Amino acid sequence: MAGILIYSDKENLALELLTAARIIGQELNLEVKAVTINNDALATALAGAGADVYGVNNDNVIPADVGAVASTLEQAAAKLDTKIVLLASDRRGKELAGRLAQNMGAGCLTDVTDIHINDDRIKCQRNALGGATVATQYITTDKQVIAVRPRTFAAAAGGEGKISLFNIEARPTKIKLLEVKTRSSEVVDIEETEVLVVVGQGLNSEGNLAEVEKLAKALGGEVACSKPVATDKKWLAEERIIGLSGKKCKPELAIILGISGQVQFTVGIRDAKVIVSVNTDENAPINRMADYILPADLHEVIEEMNKALG
Amino acid sequence: MNIVVAMKQIPDLHQIRMRDRQPVLDDVPLTLGNIDKNALEAAVHLRDTHGGKVIALSAGSEELEDTIKEALAAGADEAFMILDDSLDNADSSVIAAVLAATIRKINDVDIILFGEGSGDNYSGQVGSRVAGILGLPQVGYASSMEVQGNSAIVTRSLEDGEEILEVELPVVIAVMADINEPRIPSVSQILKAGRKPQEVLELDDLAIEILEEPVVTESNLAPETPRKQVVVKSVDELIAVLRTEGVIGR
Ligand SMILES: Cc1cc2nc3c(=O)[nH]c(=O)nc-3n(C[C@H](O)[C@H](O)[C@H](O)COP(=O)(O)OP(=O)(O)OC[C@H]3O[C@@H](n4cnc5c(N)ncnc54)[C@H](O)[C@@H]3O)c2cc1C
Repeated sequence: MAGILIYSDKENLALELLTAARIIGQELNLEVKAVTINNDALATALAGAGADVYGVNNDNVIPADVGAVASTLEQAAAKLDTKIVLLASDRRGKELAGRLAQNMGAGCLTDVTDIHINDDRIKCQRNALGGATVATQYITTDKQVIAVRPRTFAAAAGGEGKISLFNIEARPTKIKLLEVKTRSSEVVDIEETEVLVVVGQGLNSEGNLAEVEKLAKALGGEVACSKPVATDKKWLAEERIIGLSGKKCKPELAIILGISGQVQFTVGIRDAKVIVSVNTDENAPINRMADYILPADLHEVIEEMNKALG
Repeated sequence: MNIVVAMKQIPDLHQIRMRDRQPVLDDVPLTLGNIDKNALEAAVHLRDTHGGKVIALSAGSEELEDTIKEALAAGADEAFMILDDSLDNADSSVIAAVLAATIRKINDVDIILFGEGSGDNYSGQVGSRVAGILGLPQVGYASSMEVQGNSAIVTRSLEDGEEILEVELPVVIAVMADINEPRIPSVSQILKAGRKPQEVLELDDLAIEILEEPVVTESNLAPETPRKQVVVKSVDELIAVLRTEGVIGR
């Protein structure tokens, strides 16, 4: 039976893909198969969630060599008769998607935020025009590569799968891994938080962050930010960025302080239940997507709120 | 050292308006993708350090002849353009085939640079596809890079860390927006841009096979986000409405 193949090097994302693949597989009558590369722990985790796992062990294939990973998956897709491949749309998966699609002669969609089956087509949603619009698109080619945004589907759990070893051809890699630096992650997950206090370039200085954090704490929430606050000013970690190149959050309450509201930002917060905007500019575009607008200096507002709530 | 920078012509996103949730693209001026400008800046920097040439490469509609001047003013030495009206909204696979075929016509290319994603679709496929067609090693999400001898030393930035890689040239690299701050060209650079060499190709000049409309767009609409847009006058009032909403003080 023809199938659908899933691959991510990360356990949580691979388990999410398993859920997605099962939904598609059920509708289109496709068998779900998973590939892992040099990762027995991941193979075990996937099998523990009921997946039919094909474990590749080949020292020539390293994650840093996207060409080698793509070639591995291309060979697996051919041998396992899986014309559809689901990848995660994290950075590794997204970089891989184009190359794998090219190798397979497949059409490809990345950053997919929702999938449903209609007329036997896999209809995908993704942001377009920098986030200003949401497009519904589908691939018409026989072979398809689809990269799905993290957290689009719940992780699969439970079940009894099996692991088979699987051989592929690979030449020694030409990419030399000189050094790996893990980011000292503060283990904050702004996607899981009910209340977000989000700061932008309207914030005067890094020193003001303490008050922002105090407010977030008083509300039982976390601090998040627009991209430049993390990437240009480096005041906060990149894992706190909201938007097109950051996270998509759906909190109960988002208090947005000193952010102009470019679409690349708003796409990450537009699903919040209640949005408050504090901005000195009454006409800031962010105010058009706020439920409550307080035209004021954010520093004063934070101070007053801390007093009132503290 | 020859560095090709692939750049995409896109509508100026700040000037797109919505009518009945549909984007109105008529009369929106065209520009080059934001992160593509970071890629160009990175190329110019490498050329200034190691010598060689920076070649801007782009496929798009006729207006590209005008749009590409932004790149020539910002430091590219010459431009290769593939002009065809069908290319403006073409699928990534088509653009990749066109760019790869053109790169094959350019001699001694050492580095092919992309932005991590285009300004409009941010799909990030073309660089990886070009690397696949040309059979070259690739490094995406580059946050820094340098050239040492016949190799590039590139830092790939991932969600949970970084990896520093050594890759033999030629290589395809896709840079992140924070790798640098693109320069703003001076008036004299803008005036000189039009006199720099520009090579124009048509689809017929390239022997390529392309997939027939591999992706269909069914709809493309602004999301509906009805918001109250209530202006409050004080922090006290704000706290009161948020209590009523039940989102604070639970
Ligand atoms: C491909 C691409 C991807 C991108 N991805 C993202 C992304 O994921 N996330 C993201 O955030 N951005 C992203 N951007 C950048 C985005 O376009 C904007 O540049 C960015 O969101 C602007 O951040 P900001 O609103 O904090 O700053 P600004 O635009 O500078 O806005 C600052 C705001 O603060 C207000 N202000 C100033 N002082 C005060 C004060 N004292 N009190 C109250 N208000 C004040 C000003 O009125 C203004 O509205 C991306 C861009 C591109 C091209």
